[in-house]
Amino acid sequence: MRLTCPNCGERDLREFTYRGAALDRPEGAWSPAWDAYLHQRDNPAGASREHWWHGFGCSAFLVVERDTRTHDILSVSLASGGRQ
Amino acid sequence: MADVTLSAQNALPQGDVIERAGTAIRVLPMQQMTSMMPGAGADALATVLMDEHGLALPGVGQTSTSAGGRCLWFGHRQYLLIGVSPAHSLSDVAALTDQSDGWSTVLLEGPLARDVLARLCPLDLRAAHFAQGAVARTEIRHMMACVTRVSEDGFRLMVFRSMAETLLDELRHGLLSCAARENL
Amino acid sequence: MRLSHAGLVERSRPIRFRFDGRDYTGFQGDTLASALMAHGVRTVARSFKYHRPRGIFSAGSEEPNALVTIGAGAGREPNVRATTQELFAGLEARAQNCWPSVDWDLLQVNDLLADFLGAGFYYKTFMWPKKAWEAVYEPLIRRAAGIGALSGAPDPDLNEKAFAHCDLLVIGAGPAGLMAAQTAARAGADVILCDEDAMPGGRLNAEVEQIGGQAAHDWAAQTVAQLREMANVRVMTRTTVTGIYDQGTFGALERVSRHVAPGRDDLPLDCFWRIAARQVILAAGSIERPVAFRNNDRPGVMLAGAVRTYLNRYAVSPGRAVTVFGNNDNVHRTARDLLAAGVHVAALVDARPGATTDLPVPFYAGAMVEQVLGQNGVEAVVIRTATGRQKIQSDCVAVSGGWNPSVHLTCHLNGRPEWDSALAAFVPAPGAVPNLIPAGAASGVFSTDGCLRSGASAAVKALAALGRAADAPDIPLAEAGSYDIVPLWQVPGPGRAWLDLHNDVTVKDVRTAAAENFRSVEHMKRYTTQGMAPDQGKTSNLGALAVLADVTGRDVPQTGTTTYRPPFVPVPIAALGAGGRGQGFAPRRRTSSHDVSLSMNAPMIETGLWYRPSHFPRRGEATWRQSCDREVAMVRNAVGVCDVSTLGKIDIQGADAAKFLEFVYTNTFSTLKEGRVRYGLMLREDGHVMDDGTTACLGPQHYLMTTTTAAAGLVMQHLEFAAQVLRPDWDVRLISVTEQWAQFAIAGPQARALLADLVGQDVSNAAFPFMSCGPVTLAGVTARLFRISFSGELGYELAVPARYGESLYRLLVARAEALGGGAYGLEALNILRLEKGFLTHAELDGRTTAFDLGLERMMSPSKEFIGKAAATRPGLVADDRARLVALKPVGPVRQLTAGAFLFEEDAEPIRQNAQGHVSSVGFSPTVGHFIGLAFLKNGPDRFGDRVIMVDHLRGITALCEVCDPVFHDPEGGRSRG
Repeated sequence: MRLTCPNCGERDLREFTYRGAALDRPEGAWSPAWDAYLHQRDNPAGASREHWWHGFGCSAFLVVERDTRTHDILSVSLASGGRQ
Repeated sequence: MADVTLSAQNALPQGDVIERAGTAIRVLPMQQMTSMMPGAGADALATVLMDEHGLALPGVGQTSTSAGGRCLWFGHRQYLLIGVSPAHSLSDVAALTDQSDGWSTVLLEGPLARDVLARLCPLDLRAAHFAQGAVARTEIRHMMACVTRVSEDGFRLMVFRSMAETLLDELRHGLLSCAARENL
Repeated sequence: MRLSHAGLVERSRPIRFRFDGRDYTGFQGDTLASALMAHGVRTVARSFKYHRPRGIFSAGSEEPNALVTIGAGAGREPNVRATTQELFAGLEARAQNCWPSVDWDLLQVNDLLADFLGAGFYYKTFMWPKKAWEAVYEPLIRRAAGIGALSGAPDPDLNEKAFAHCDLLVIGAGPAGLMAAQTAARAGADVILCDEDAMPGGRLNAEVEQIGGQAAHDWAAQTVAQLREMANVRVMTRTTVTGIYDQGTFGALERVSRHVAPGRDDLPLDCFWRIAARQVILAAGSIERPVAFRNNDRPGVMLAGAVRTYLNRYAVSPGRAVTVFGNNDNVHRTARDLLAAGVHVAALVDARPGATTDLPVPFYAGAMVEQVLGQNGVEAVVIRTATGRQKIQSDCVAVSGGWNPSVHLTCHLNGRPEWDSALAAFVPAPGAVPNLIPAGAASGVFSTDGCLRSGASAAVKALAALGRAADAPDIPLAEAGSYDIVPLWQVPGPGRAWLDLHNDVTVKDVRTAAAENFRSVEHMKRYTTQGMAPDQGKTSNLGALAVLADVTGRDVPQTGTTTYRPPFVPVPIAALGAGGRGQGFAPRRRTSSHDVSLSMNAPMIETGLWYRPSHFPRRGEATWRQSCDREVAMVRNAVGVCDVSTLGKIDIQGADAAKFLEFVYTNTFSTLKEGRVRYGLMLREDGHVMDDGTTACLGPQHYLMTTTTAAAGLVMQHLEFAAQVLRPDWDVRLISVTEQWAQFAIAGPQARALLADLVGQDVSNAAFPFMSCGPVTLAGVTARLFRISFSGELGYELAVPARYGESLYRLLVARAEALGGGAYGLEALNILRLEKGFLTHAELDGRTTAFDLGLERMMSPSKEFIGKAAATRPGLVADDRARLVALKPVGPVRQLTAGAFLFEEDAEPIRQNAQGHVSSVGFSPTVGHFIGLAFLKNGPDRFGDRVIMVDHLRGITALCEVCDPVFHDPEGGRSRG
């Protein structure tokens, strides 16, 4: 598998670590939203939005959209936004 | 307070390590290295770097060179200034840390250099994709690394100081293996 | 027998080899199979289940019969296909799955029991008595099963892994692949051309035909030579592409030195490649399939195309009187080549009713070979014609049921092939693999002219996708025949007819499966084991599928196929794990004091990737305990020095650095002033403790965080996540400086004296109070001094740039020894902290919370931080949670063990009664007995109570008293003074 890092270009999977579904972090006290954030996940047959870390590369966190059926990578962007 | 001296040591004995089939592995001396992290915008850093050191801020994956030193793109919002002491005003526009001791640098050069590196590193080393002066943060056999192409057949490799010996071992094995194929 | 014409072997280079203890001679360019065939060796193996004699069936990697063991000693390798093993001087091979010899195998008695050993026999037989299955039957069956045996000794061979990149990967160097590679290379694309064979050319090396007016194999050789000259082409021979993965990633196995005599310890045996390609052309050719008839597994029955390979490439005939049988024009071609080689054709049997021939051979149209006669090999065949039966003397049957395009790789990304009824074969489905274009026989084009054109047009398409324009090249003149086939899968009749030679599966087995309602092809496969051998059913899948279809009243496309998965050929685990053996398994991280520790005879232990000294044995100390006890006392009474460089050190700067620390730590850091250090606790978002450490304020907006050694990488990733994903608008800049600084703990009552004598600055308690930090100089070097203590004694940590680490360590140890102390290692480090109730990842094991650890007061109520919400859940602060206590043994058993469980004194030590567990233990020389840290329900309320510690694994039970975790200096005065 290969991912295209916005900084480094297309690289082998071994440079990246999967971090999990890219969800919005709730604020404040414990709530159903927190429970969902920590413990509940959709299981889409289709586009999935995820965080990957380019740990053996430039150390950027990436937001990756990936089709779980075809494994096509639909988009990759820097989590911190903007250009380098 | 009694007279005290401290001696400095490279992680690896300096100089040539091994040569086979015209390809050599050479340990390079330590140099002054300073990390520079400007945060979200790099314009101020670019200005000071040019004013104080005559160095252009390199683009992503690039090197810039001047009479005194070099500047490498070194990662996400990160640059490495090599070979000069950082001007004081740089600390106004970037977070600086000394990295001179943290890394070990080795030169791999010769006709088998690409083949050897291909055994250790998943980077696309083709000249059109990794030109002279290009810099990549990547992996060398499970070690975080920085690879720079310094010539058609030459690569400067950096890994953490603590793993220097591992890097040498891996390079040595790779070179012996590749050289053995020449005699097949 | 060897033929007189040249073939493509080098007659001038004879090679001696040994098979089953006998010596033979072959030539450079022979395979083991061709060389044995030249000597008339017919039986080379015994079948898997029935132990029937078997001969060479094919000429390629699809071989199901001729599996042999190559080599002797530790490196001997089982299940090597004789058809792909290149001959080298001194090669030693043995037949497998037979005893005492391949010609006379005791287990051939299995064949007499065939009726009891059919598909799924172990579900129907060997059932009584019940106990006998585990004790008798299963071990016997297990010992009889399997083909070939490992040496059992450690594998001595070297292997490699490597990466390669290209614009276009061409899989297969037959006519289609060569044409494609040439077209693409001339247009300037970076091309990698892979072929399984040592000699590229595919079928061109096996057939008698011309391309562009020259011998086809010469054209192939010339084309390859030209390609090798081009800088943008890499030709990889002996390389099988084994699997297709996502985003244009390919696995390939290169046999680097299996064709040379062993003894070169610098040469890898195999290399496993990961190839990244933007476009790929699958020109992998096709594999011939047989027709099933009675006793079609006898030595001497072979694929008709393979017979041509042996005749034309290896100059060997498999027999002296060859019967040729099949349902397509291949059989005519084989008969023609046999005649040209001077071999007698006993019969040409064409199943197609309208077939005709000009060849001067006994010809039977609309006829079939019904059975083979002969126990140890083909002696005669029985042919059934429209008018009756005929028995013909023959020693070899060349059979062709048609060709199967090699679609396997196109299915690796979950695609299924499509049925082409004109070809009576499966072909690749379009788009099954992104950016993959099938060409030549792999796409169902079987004429040489068709393959050349197909390869060229595939290349033009690939080049267009790469953004390179190219005209279709001129195609040299080549054979352009048509493929007329009438499907024939089996010859009906009594007796056993084989489908899967490798796993000994017959037509009857497939019928049995269907009769027992295993009608789906997936069930038939597993029930009969057809297609599950190392050959993956390459020559049997379609035949079995067709039989199943027939028996269940469906057609082939309705019956479907099973999925092909990587690898296409067996890949040795050693190749996949290349470089990972011994020292190569992981990087070895050494501190700057490593060599000094070694010179002091310290045993080094692995903590993660780091090597750290366990203890420093002195003269008279025979055990590690003795050294450890002495080192602990040394630190408590004088001064000790320990290398703590391995702890993570993260430099944090930026306008929002303080805010960031507030966010990631549970306790307050915004009030931390320059020159001060504070202990911090870090949670995961689910409220459990991730790590602890100290953070120092080095200046305005400048902090240095330490982490534990074990969690350094984890914390760095966590901080990057917090900064880049959770708070991208904050100005926070993080970088690791773990490697930049060598850092040493100096601990004990004499620590200040030691330092005062070394550094230029005032290090009195007033100048450097507990939990302070600042720059100091020694020997002209700017260092950082931190007044922190993990031992509970007066303690400092001194950091210098790592280049001075070794030198400083020597200096510190010498000074410490002069003060009655010295170096201490990890064992003593652990005892010292245990005596103070300080925590390590034995306690921060991912299941514990701040509340469990007695650190709930570190959770600031007035700010938001990572993990706060989840940590407040009632279950995570429940009173009866297992919480941190210390233990000391008070009964006759004085030993404590980590991992043991705790029970009330009168409770049965079963899981349901467990009250907690022991996390860390050690012998404390300071208090004179074993101590431990543990987690116990209601722990802090039970000081003075007694509990039983039970270690079920080691069989140790000890009565313990529950104590406050701090055994030594509970007021903490020693570290603060």
